Amino acid sequence: MIRNYIQKRNETFADKILAFDFILLFLVLSLGIISFFAMYSSERGIFSYHTQSHMYRFSIFFLLFIIISFFRVQILYKSAYIFYFIVLLLLIAVDLYGVTASGSKRWINLFFINLQPSELMKVALIIFLARYYAKIPVQSVNNIRYILIPIISVMLPVLLVIAQPDLGTAILIAISGLIVVWLSGFRLKYFLYSSFILLSFVPIGISFLKPYQKSRILTFLNPERDPLGAGYQIIQSKIAVGSGGIFGKGFLQGSQSYLDYLPEKHTDFIFTLFSEEFGFLGSVILILIYAMIIYRIGKIGAQSKNNFSKLFCFGFASAFFVYFAVNMSMVLGLLPIVGAPLPIMSYGGSSMLSIMIGLGIVMSIKIHNQDEIN
Amino acid sequence: MQSFTETFQNKSKIISRRMFVLSALKIGVFISIVSRLFYLQISENIKYRSLSDKNRFREWKMIPQRGIIEDFFGQKIAENTQTFQLHMIPEDVPNMEVLLFKLARIIDFGENRKRNLIKRLKKRRRWEPIIISDNLSWSEFSKLNLFLNDMQGLKPVVALSRKYSKDGSSSHIIGYVSDVSVNDLKSNKFLKEINVPGLKIGKSGLEKLLNLPIIGKPGIQRFEVNAYGKRIKELELVKGAAGKNFRTTIDQEVQKFAQELIKEKSGSICVMDIYMGDIIAMVSGPTFDPNKFVHGIKEKEWQELIKNKKKPLINKSMAGLYPPGSTIKPIVALSALENDVINPKKLVNCTGSMELYGQKYHCWKDKGHGFMNLRSAIKQSCDIFFYETARKLGVDRLSITAKEFGLGKKVFNSFIEEKSGIVPNTKWKIENIGKGWVLGETLISGIGQGYYLATPLQLCLMMAQLANGGYEIKPRIIDDRYAVQPIVDAWREEFTLINKKIDSNESGLKKLYKNKENVKFILDALYGATNEPMGTSYRSRFTKPEYVYAGKTGTSQIRTISAEQRESKIKNTDLPYEQRDHALFIAFAPYKNPRYSISVVIEHGGAGSSGAAPIAKKVIKKVLERHEVRKKYLLDLYQEA
Repeated sequence: MIRNYIQKRNETFADKILAFDFILLFLVLSLGIISFFAMYSSERGIFSYHTQSHMYRFSIFFLLFIIISFFRVQILYKSAYIFYFIVLLLLIAVDLYGVTASGSKRWINLFFINLQPSELMKVALIIFLARYYAKIPVQSVNNIRYILIPIISVMLPVLLVIAQPDLGTAILIAISGLIVVWLSGFRLKYFLYSSFILLSFVPIGISFLKPYQKSRILTFLNPERDPLGAGYQIIQSKIAVGSGGIFGKGFLQGSQSYLDYLPEKHTDFIFTLFSEEFGFLGSVILILIYAMIIYRIGKIGAQSKNNFSKLFCFGFASAFFVYFAVNMSMVLGLLPIVGAPLPIMSYGGSSMLSIMIGLGIVMSIKIHNQDEIN
Repeated sequence: MQSFTETFQNKSKIISRRMFVLSALKIGVFISIVSRLFYLQISENIKYRSLSDKNRFREWKMIPQRGIIEDFFGQKIAENTQTFQLHMIPEDVPNMEVLLFKLARIIDFGENRKRNLIKRLKKRRRWEPIIISDNLSWSEFSKLNLFLNDMQGLKPVVALSRKYSKDGSSSHIIGYVSDVSVNDLKSNKFLKEINVPGLKIGKSGLEKLLNLPIIGKPGIQRFEVNAYGKRIKELELVKGAAGKNFRTTIDQEVQKFAQELIKEKSGSICVMDIYMGDIIAMVSGPTFDPNKFVHGIKEKEWQELIKNKKKPLINKSMAGLYPPGSTIKPIVALSALENDVINPKKLVNCTGSMELYGQKYHCWKDKGHGFMNLRSAIKQSCDIFFYETARKLGVDRLSITAKEFGLGKKVFNSFIEEKSGIVPNTKWKIENIGKGWVLGETLISGIGQGYYLATPLQLCLMMAQLANGGYEIKPRIIDDRYAVQPIVDAWREEFTLINKKIDSNESGLKKLYKNKENVKFILDALYGATNEPMGTSYRSRFTKPEYVYAGKTGTSQIRTISAEQRESKIKNTDLPYEQRDHALFIAFAPYKNPRYSISVVIEHGGAGSSGAAPIAKKVIKKVLERHEVRKKYLLDLYQEA
């Protein structure tokens, strides 16, 4: 039975292993190892807490990534809707039974793990839409009949996440979904129309923003507005990165993070810490790793034969890129602070789980790129 | 089926095309992120590195030890002593309310201080120690230490603070220190640089004058601090420097003795070395306890001080202005002799009063002195003679001599409280009052009344410069500590050598006279005033040869006496305190080989002969007794050096 899920025809287990994209595997692994060092530094050289737990998570989820790779695309394709609905149910459960921390209800206690379903939704939405659009002919994409479901499937989780409230993740989910919709052939002008409509709602939207969200946007526009309050994070992050110079201050030598000037240094601002200690050269190497991961995912999509695979790979690559770009721009002071983790580097189980599931699907697509889906 | 596959391929093409567009966009974003990184880390690196250091390092200044002020013999006048302080680190206090409640039961900690503390707390960071009390008594301090384990966050500290002698004998010269005020910071650039919380600065007297060198240099502790300002590790310690110590010319024993004599009175005593210009003693009465200012004076005590009619806070020796009265007569006489306007043998008949343009001018002796020559006029202080002399001399010529001998200008010029007094002349009156000079004013100038105003220190200097034979001296209060050869030699010879040199014009001193005989004449007349019958201070003379001195009394009126009052002969002691005359006395001692000059001013003390001369007599005895001690100490010190 299980053999049937994994194997088809005369493919052997060894064949599958040989079909792996080892470069991608290596890139993800090296990113993981870099993240251990950064995490270790964020704890001022203490191994026991964040570093240890981050290593456990990475190891388990990396294993999950390998396991998912062995599943046939067909199986993943078929379970796409179910996956989406499970995550959607979890999101609703968060609203009802969620754990509240620092003013927002994002987590659900699953006894063995505190899960953040909004993170999982990032990948669930992509696979859902990839499957949905896989079979819709080009001519029909812009047909009103086929627009309804994507709109609902995007809006539902986004609204749930906004309600938590977690504006940053909601925006990222929406972007992930919209990228897939657009890749599928949805006309740009419709995007523009709807953006205009959305923009006209902005003034009303602002009145619904929480005070801290408003101040974040204002602070982004002028970080020196309130240097000890909301602008503090951006200013200190810029100081940390800027003071790193070409070669950085050295491993465990980042004064900004060591002396607690840097906020959220093990989650959203992990890149700042890394950049302070390893300088411009280290940062460029890290960025190159991300760029190559995104490139590999795109390449796998381009080589795959079916539209589901293409849509998922391109969608996931783009989403992965967006997470990376938003986080980077945020810590470098190019975007307001929205609370977006850096994939794999940042501490946080759900975000890593979500990324690893996505990577697993990508790898499965690579291994089974000759498979048809029906 | 064909079409289906085709649409599929179409779709695949659309997806790929759109992905290509997206990829181009991504490359753009990657480039911009790397450029941003380049900008922050390479272009702006120096700016951010210095910002990061600014975050990291913080400096704490440490209060330097204030220099000590000693008297001539190395006795401490202003020193530093241990005080017991109570500091608190707010972040270590579990419950502020409870702690303050407990504290109030152990130390003097009223509602006012509590409110003040809470106000200060709000302005501070929680990890910064705050001073609750900077002057605990020993019993409070020991009690606190006993209950300390029950009161977390409190830290008893033993620190240094200023201590002055309690009797207040030198309060006015030395001044006092207190907390740095906002105004101090505004007006003093140097203070702004070195200001440390808890620093005390001089507010008056020498303490203020010497602020710059006596404070010292604060040490600097450099720490690496974290985002909450907590010190992580000490990086550097720049040692400060203790303030410079100063030795004064004051003899504390004379100082204390003199202070005791006028502690109930309002007035001043100054004693000066007539050759060195050293201030031996300078007291002002009544005095105050400067220690009260060190830790902030209580409102009630402050009110008492400023409401006191005798004005204890004012240094009357330098800031008190009095009409010099008859004490100016030696100068009037000298000026007249120098300008050749009178013959010392010429007689004037004093009938008790004279008339000028219908205005009557009285002598202090109603019956008159009879025929007076210059010497007897000085000796008996005949006013009529000096009206006459002043009329001949003129106020302008008198003012030149008076200024030369030290009136009308500041003696030290470095104390902010010092006043310069007034030596009037015709020009001065036009400039300051806007009216022309009247001859009658010349007459009363001749007896040191009218516009004339002088500080007791100026009178003392005037006396000194007459007594040393008419040479300019530069009074000093800070001793340079190590005696220099010529001075030591001069001391050894009791300055007779200098006198010889003065005679032969080798001394390099500035002469204030034209004819030496004139000065000698005046000194001889002053001898008469004290040591011959009919002399104004005859009753305060010494008969023992080594104490014999010469001096001039002065009684300065501070009111106009009407004809009726003059008729009714009201005694000074019957008048209300504020209307009584000031008593003045200037003298030099010993008469042979003089060394010291003295001025005594007693506000509302009545006649100079009865109100000031007896006090001066006691001080002179004390000073002369101390002379050998002073000499021996200086010579020993020189030997050591």
